[in-house]
Amino acid sequence: MVGEQPHTSFALQIEGLSKSFGKRVICRGADLRLATSESLAVVGPNGSGKSTLVKIIAGLMRPDAGAITHSFDSTEVERAVWHRHIGLVSPELALYEELSGSENLDFGNRVGGWGKSAADYTAVLDEVGLGGRGHDLVSTYSSGMKQRLKYAAAFLKDPALLILDEPTANLDEDGVARVWSSLARRTLALIIATNEPSEAERAQSRFVVGR
Amino acid sequence: MGIVRIAAVVLITIVIIAAFTIAPPLAAMGTSGAASRIFFFHVPMAQVSFLSFVVAAVYAIVYLRTRKTDHDLFSSVSAELGLVFSIVAMITGSIWAKQAWGAYWNWDPRQLFLFVLVLFYGAFFALRQAIVQADARRRLSAVYLIFGGAISPLLFFVLPRMYQSLHEDANQVVVATQGKFNMSGPVATVFITSIAGFLCLYVWLLKLGVAAARMQEEQG
Amino acid sequence: MPKAASSSADRIWAIFAKDARSEYRTRFAVNALFLFALVTLTALSFATGGAGLTPLLASVFFWVIVFFSALSSLAQTFVKEVETKTATFLRLTAPDDAVFFGKWGFNLLLLLLLEAVLTPLFIVMLNMPVANWTVWIATLILGALGLVSTTTLIGALIAVAGVRGALFSVLSFPVLLPLLVVLIRTTEVAFGGGLEVGLRDGFLVLGTYAVVATTAGWMLFPFVWRE
Repeated sequence: MVGEQPHTSFALQIEGLSKSFGKRVICRGADLRLATSESLAVVGPNGSGKSTLVKIIAGLMRPDAGAITHSFDSTEVERAVWHRHIGLVSPELALYEELSGSENLDFGNRVGGWGKSAADYTAVLDEVGLGGRGHDLVSTYSSGMKQRLKYAAAFLKDPALLILDEPTANLDEDGVARVWSSLARRTLALIIATNEPSEAERAQSRFVVGR
Repeated sequence: MGIVRIAAVVLITIVIIAAFTIAPPLAAMGTSGAASRIFFFHVPMAQVSFLSFVVAAVYAIVYLRTRKTDHDLFSSVSAELGLVFSIVAMITGSIWAKQAWGAYWNWDPRQLFLFVLVLFYGAFFALRQAIVQADARRRLSAVYLIFGGAISPLLFFVLPRMYQSLHEDANQVVVATQGKFNMSGPVATVFITSIAGFLCLYVWLLKLGVAAARMQEEQG
Repeated sequence: MPKAASSSADRIWAIFAKDARSEYRTRFAVNALFLFALVTLTALSFATGGAGLTPLLASVFFWVIVFFSALSSLAQTFVKEVETKTATFLRLTAPDDAVFFGKWGFNLLLLLLLEAVLTPLFIVMLNMPVANWTVWIATLILGALGLVSTTTLIGALIAVAGVRGALFSVLSFPVLLPLLVVLIRTTEVAFGGGLEVGLRDGFLVLGTYAVVATTAGWMLFPFVWRE
């Protein structure tokens, strides 16, 4: 397991959030609260806007109305630097194909200022079951290995808020088991956007999109 | 709203009549004949086309701060008007150039500036049409307008000087003889009236355009 | 709160190095850039027969080649990030400033390389010796700085907009025109033509353009990069 968890006091608060594309409503006046060690499942049928909601929470998209605040110890964090404490594993995020697995991690560490070392890269690659494949180019990875590498990057970052969109996409049984046990060992606020009832059940609360 | 419209119509009517009756031919404008009277239409139109650009860029900045659809409408409608005014100014300018200097087009700095303005407006609308998603269209076209606005002083103030110092040919003569004459008496009166008239026309069209765009926005 | 262990310079360097490394492995942008330049230059050389070019014409040709070669590839660095969805990773990892200046630096490197390769080819194939090397090098550096500032922002813009190719030159040309006009004048002097009178003014404009465009690009970039 990589890194300590210094950010026990993170809180996400959403008030009156609305977003729609034309007539398609994703949410209307939604309120949400999520803190460290809490988890939330975002559920809804295909195309209902789970990924959109997740993007809005991560600051990658603007809502039509409503306020989202990210705070540590009740001190609000500026939207411009939300990226520092968010981890995202999503089909809409990819790592660099022409770099190796550990080069990707190294890039994230340097550019994001995560303060990790090469030993941490090895540890986190082992954790997600990519031990020994860190020096291969990502373009040679299978889709399941790419998904594992996304987890490695997210875990290495030590985010206060981890957002998983379709968390087990492309993962085999071993991969799924590793992910859930790694998550269980970490102290963070967790959002899971999924279609799978079994995945949604792992979260303490749920939010239904499209209403 | 009504006042601006009436003012535009009245002022421009006065200018159309006055430019051909009260104002004397402008000998200093490179042509001694009646052709010089185009001055009263060309110059205000060129100025309005530049003003539209400034207004569009300012509203683009406001839009990026507030993200209110209305500000984007003001910005893009002003740019539309700017495109129309700059094309008309380019045409009237080259008619004048033909009379004064013997050729429709000779890359005088002012012509260059209008030309670039038309190109820029054209690029702006090409960008807007190419982006399907409304938020992205508003945001990215606003960025482009502001960026163009930041560069434009270089073109406007610096390039004419460059031309004078680096380009020792016919343009030199053109630059030297153009635009430096004393306006007084009836010429000044008609000119100022014309500027006021075209300004009112611009404001009227801007309001009209924004109202139309708002209705389109609500429907689609 | 998460700690910030890297300085801005480290982060910019990380982006630059990442781009340089993946470019070295794929040669995507470089191939487009140099082949385009070479093809245009060869065509010009054939057409003119290698003789009879005035310094003014030669400098026009030079910047036309650089302009269109640059537009063939400088947006690549952003287009690829968006198309392969690594842009999302980058947005959630890197500060905007680091992304802008990292890409800016990488594009600058590409352009300077292009100019360095183009110079001897130009001398040989178009038979146009450089008369004033100081002016020539100053022009190349200032020209690259100006071009790169504009193309980095507009490249990001068209990548995010999801529109490609033609629109890049359409959007870039009006904003680059003041730069190109002045570049052609100073290059003419470097080729031994034109007048040296306005040279200082010319360089002043080139420098101002680079500073204004870089500052504006840097300030506007977050609005392009993030919603």
